Amino acid sequence: MLDVVSFVPRAVAQGVPLLYGSTGEIITEKSGNLNLGIPGVMYVGAICGVIGSFLYERSLDGAQINAALGLLIPVACCLVGSLLMGLLYCFLTVTLRANQNVTGLAMTTFGVGFGNFFGGSLIKLTGAQVPSIALSATSNLFRRSLPFAGSMGWFGKCFLSYGFLAYIAFAAALAASYVLEHTRVGLQLRAVGEDPATADSAGINLTRYKYVATCLGCMIAGLGGLYYVMDYANGVWSNDAFGDRGWLALALVIFTIWRPKVSAIASVLFGGLYILYVFIPSGPAVKELYKMLPYVVTIVVLVLSSLRNQRENQPPESLGLPYFREER
Amino acid sequence: MPLLQSLAVRRGALLLALVVGGFITTFTTGLNPVSVYATMFKGAFGSPRKIWILLQEIAVLLCVALALTPAFRMKFWNLGGEGQILAGSLASAACMICLGDKIPNAVLILLMLVCSLAAGAVWAGIPAVAKARWNTNETLFTLMMNYVATQLVAYFVIVWEVPKGSGNIGIINQATEAGWLPQIFGLKYLLNILLVAALTVLMHLYLSYSKHGYEISVVGESTNTARYVGIKVDRVIVRTLLLSGAVCGFAGFLLVAGTNHTLTTTIAGGRGFTAVMVAWLAKFNPLVMAASSFLLVVMDSGAGEISTAYGLNHSFGDILTGIILFFIIGCEFFIAYQVHFDKKEGGHDA
Repeated sequence: MLDVVSFVPRAVAQGVPLLYGSTGEIITEKSGNLNLGIPGVMYVGAICGVIGSFLYERSLDGAQINAALGLLIPVACCLVGSLLMGLLYCFLTVTLRANQNVTGLAMTTFGVGFGNFFGGSLIKLTGAQVPSIALSATSNLFRRSLPFAGSMGWFGKCFLSYGFLAYIAFAAALAASYVLEHTRVGLQLRAVGEDPATADSAGINLTRYKYVATCLGCMIAGLGGLYYVMDYANGVWSNDAFGDRGWLALALVIFTIWRPKVSAIASVLFGGLYILYVFIPSGPAVKELYKMLPYVVTIVVLVLSSLRNQRENQPPESLGLPYFREER
Repeated sequence: MPLLQSLAVRRGALLLALVVGGFITTFTTGLNPVSVYATMFKGAFGSPRKIWILLQEIAVLLCVALALTPAFRMKFWNLGGEGQILAGSLASAACMICLGDKIPNAVLILLMLVCSLAAGAVWAGIPAVAKARWNTNETLFTLMMNYVATQLVAYFVIVWEVPKGSGNIGIINQATEAGWLPQIFGLKYLLNILLVAALTVLMHLYLSYSKHGYEISVVGESTNTARYVGIKVDRVIVRTLLLSGAVCGFAGFLLVAGTNHTLTTTIAGGRGFTAVMVAWLAKFNPLVMAASSFLLVVMDSGAGEISTAYGLNHSFGDILTGIILFFIIGCEFFIAYQVHFDKKEGGHDA
């Protein structure tokens, strides 16, 4: 029998990185940019946070960690790292009008390599005397949950037992949903993604919208990587541990049909599907088949939404296409 | 822009990328970039054995890139190379394991080949049918199929694992060598390389000189034009993707029967994605692809040597590869467009 009280927190913990990734990617895709570099961006975000807090913890030299600095340094490093990746993507695809698929895949190669290189070589490069990267002090700050969560039984366990980054993820998804659906900025952003020529003739600054949406999307996705290392993995970096979660975040974008508020719930569902095999008694081989579930479900949704062919359930019209005003 | 000039721009971008990569090397690791590059060069070409491995790696990557090309020429973004290779590998390995000592070797190899081609074709055919019938987004569909294939392979790896509980299959048919591609002239990889070389020429002829190749180009340029001149677009999409998937399956066959003689979830090794860049860098020209896959494979195998020589992580090669790709991607702009800088003089914009 499925033990719900222990299942839900683990599903949420698995879902949060996916939620960050998909919220970021939805904002990006609404501007017409299909950023396949998201898996790489999440690696870069994670490792930049790790480098920041690794250097900070080392500079402490045994002294007590400052809570504010311990949180601010990794978050800031993570945001800067992912912002740079976003700027790179925009420069290549928007300013230089390069192919988005190729640029995205190159960014994933670069980003995953960047993460694994510094993850594997950071200790040697800084000459530190530690066996592995384990940022337990920083991780404790990130994992700190509400003080009364433990005394509230199943409710506390399911809803209050997470670090602050988990709540920010849900807040960010809902905020993104509100901005996209109910504000002028969101309307103009959607116009840019649907039909750039029309948006352009309406006087919307396309380049600015694409840059801002993509960079913001990358920064949000990068936080997903940071959450994974600092909260889920207890501050321990191990190469390739993040795995294919970046691609799963892309799957989530399709699954939710480009709606961030749906992905707030769907991410938990995906997280649950991702770890369902742990909770269902089965042979080791069948477990591997259970891990297929999130992808199969995504394919089904993708096919169904194209089958029903409703206009509001489609990808942004100009997704993946470069726009050049003088090309008609 | 004339060919020579555009090649010069690309070479300039490559050179610039190496210089920037050198700066980043020094900045992050404190090593002399020239000696790092020299080590990479030695790691890729250092000994006859290394050169053979290099050639075989180029052959497999080129094979996947060739597979993706017909789809890309049709503007069908097949990002499912990884899954199609895995499907082909799985089919080959299944034949080797289940029929290894039951039928003659030549029949077995033929059967493996047919099964791999069919498995790859099915794996690409499913998204193609959805695209042709319901206009389902192919980029995302093929991408998802990769992970379904990975998990399917993971399942069978555990079903067939030797010994039980080890989590991998080990070398299949090590004693009998049933289903292994024969060595010619005593060289392990030569057959792989020759097969892919032949495939390169065939693919070039298919795309440039056959009716099918012409239809692919027309559909890629404009589906409306294609419909107008009486090309059945749906049929071209499905047919081309079946071909694309079958060639990916062939790459899987080469990996299992010719190179690795085993099956793992990582046997495709990201080639499905790398090949996208190989094909794109070569502007989908099969003959130029040999050069671009050479470049990417040299970077990768050279990076292995860095890790042994300097005790650094081998992912450094991925960083350098990424930088080179960014520069080449960026330089295409200067080939496609002529840049004019507006000089503002007395309020007049040029």
